[in-house]
Amino acid sequence: MAAKPTFGQEISNLLYASHGNPLTNCIHCGTCSGTCPVVDFMDQTPRRLIGMINADLKEDVLACNTYWFCASCYHCTVRCPAQIDIADVMYAVKRYSIWHKTYSEDLVGPTFSETFVKTIIRSGRSYEPVLAPTYMFSMGIKEVLQEAHMATQMMLKGRMPVLPTKIKRLENFKKMVRRIIPMGGAK
Amino acid sequence: MKKFAYFPGCSLEKLAQSYNNSSVETTRLLGVELQELEDWNCCGATTYFHVDQLLAYTLVARNLAMAEKEGLDLVAPCSACYKNAYFTNKYIKEDPDLAEHINYALEEDDLQFNGTINVHHVIEIFVNEIGVEKIKSKITNPLEGLRVAPYYGCQIVRPKHNGTDAENPHFFEELVSAMGADTVDYPERLRCCGASLIMTSRHAALNMVRTLLQSAVDCETNVIATACPLCQVNLECYQPQVNEEFGTNFNMPVLYFTQLLGLAMGLPPKKVGIGSELVSAAPIFDKYLKRTVR
Ligand code: SF4
Ligand code: SF4
Ligand code: SF4
Ligand code: SF4
Repeated sequence: MAAKPTFGQEISNLLYASHGNPLTNCIHCGTCSGTCPVVDFMDQTPRRLIGMINADLKEDVLACNTYWFCASCYHCTVRCPAQIDIADVMYAVKRYSIWHKTYSEDLVGPTFSETFVKTIIRSGRSYEPVLAPTYMFSMGIKEVLQEAHMATQMMLKGRMPVLPTKIKRLENFKKMVRRIIPMGGAK
Repeated sequence: MKKFAYFPGCSLEKLAQSYNNSSVETTRLLGVELQELEDWNCCGATTYFHVDQLLAYTLVARNLAMAEKEGLDLVAPCSACYKNAYFTNKYIKEDPDLAEHINYALEEDDLQFNGTINVHHVIEIFVNEIGVEKIKSKITNPLEGLRVAPYYGCQIVRPKHNGTDAENPHFFEELVSAMGADTVDYPERLRCCGASLIMTSRHAALNMVRTLLQSAVDCETNVIATACPLCQVNLECYQPQVNEEFGTNFNMPVLYFTQLLGLAMGLPPKKVGIGSELVSAAPIFDKYLKRTVR
């Protein structure tokens, strides 16, 4: 019997095109944290997150907001001297937490992602107003009014879709999705 | 006329119609046809990758397969769409196993993808296919004295791909000078605008937008040029919210590079979608658009 995989191995297995566990190559140089434009808003810096994954601190990693606050800008990725694709690691942790439903309750990211995906699986296209409620609930009344005001301005300028669009071969599209995710698009 | 399969992406249907119109009009004037891909589907931006990677690749592959069927390379104007299409194409070409999985799903739509095409961002069509020299020769209304900040954002240059310099690109600057405008040496040109954090982590994103706008103001920018609908919306449409949040007073026009180029080539403002701005660009037109309109 193989030993239970470490969290680092679990995450590495979720990285596309990686062999072994690239995270262990981290030299703790901090280039990623120094580059990250969102670092001030993260519970843990990207460097620390990589360190925590390597230290097998699974619960602490999943509980922090860092990976949901990653904007996927790839600035850290192109600069990492150890060639770690940090942005991709953040994605892998996001996927891990969605599958295991382990993200912390007050984050908007996970619900937003799931709603977005469901919308597209149903129609083949995305539609902004369907998405609004998934993030609106997290806002205060001021922000909701700001959003509504902006939406009205955009509508007046003809920049808001009024009706959702669908692709033509939607039935085929849904069947295609079902070949990847057996239950996907069932509704 | 050289032809490409054009994948506008969902944002360009309404939200960024001006980008759509101006891309199609300007390329046409320069001898390139962007033929819209029939029945394209949303590529999922970055969001599918949060949920399921194989599904994400498959959705992109459907569009790639339809372009391949036409025998055309794929062109995307949205930087997020471009990144997804570029890397999905690359991975499918490199990984027969992935290709097999995806092609099994594509069968449901009578499609198959053999990896025989390439993927380009619309800005690459101007820079690599058409070329700066040819563009220069078509400029009738040089935007003399207009200070334009070229904003690359992230995904046109990152992650690294063939032939681009991720740390020090200069093609956007060259394009801006070809229009006869003054290129602002914009320090934040490669810094992320916050992307979809604007919806999920609002305070962080508004802060990121503020940094970009402040830097543009500090460099005496008249207009920021973008090549991505999400960047455009973040930088332009959220200015009132940034102002409210931080007590700032930003009023910075943010246009698509194709709109500026269209104007410099003498297209009427309406044809390149001018008029749908939330931050008016009228002051710059009054000042810098002096000459004849086609
Ligand atoms: S840049 Fe790379 S090597 Fe340096 S701390 Fe970050 S992950 Fe580790
Ligand atoms: S990809 Fe994520 S972690 Fe890396 S610099 Fe960008 S926002 Fe920060
Ligand atoms: S990524 Fe965005 S712009 Fe591109 S097709 Fe999907 S929703 Fe539309
Ligand atoms: S700059 Fe922002 S919106 Fe544009 S591609 Fe990068 S992350 Fe997306």
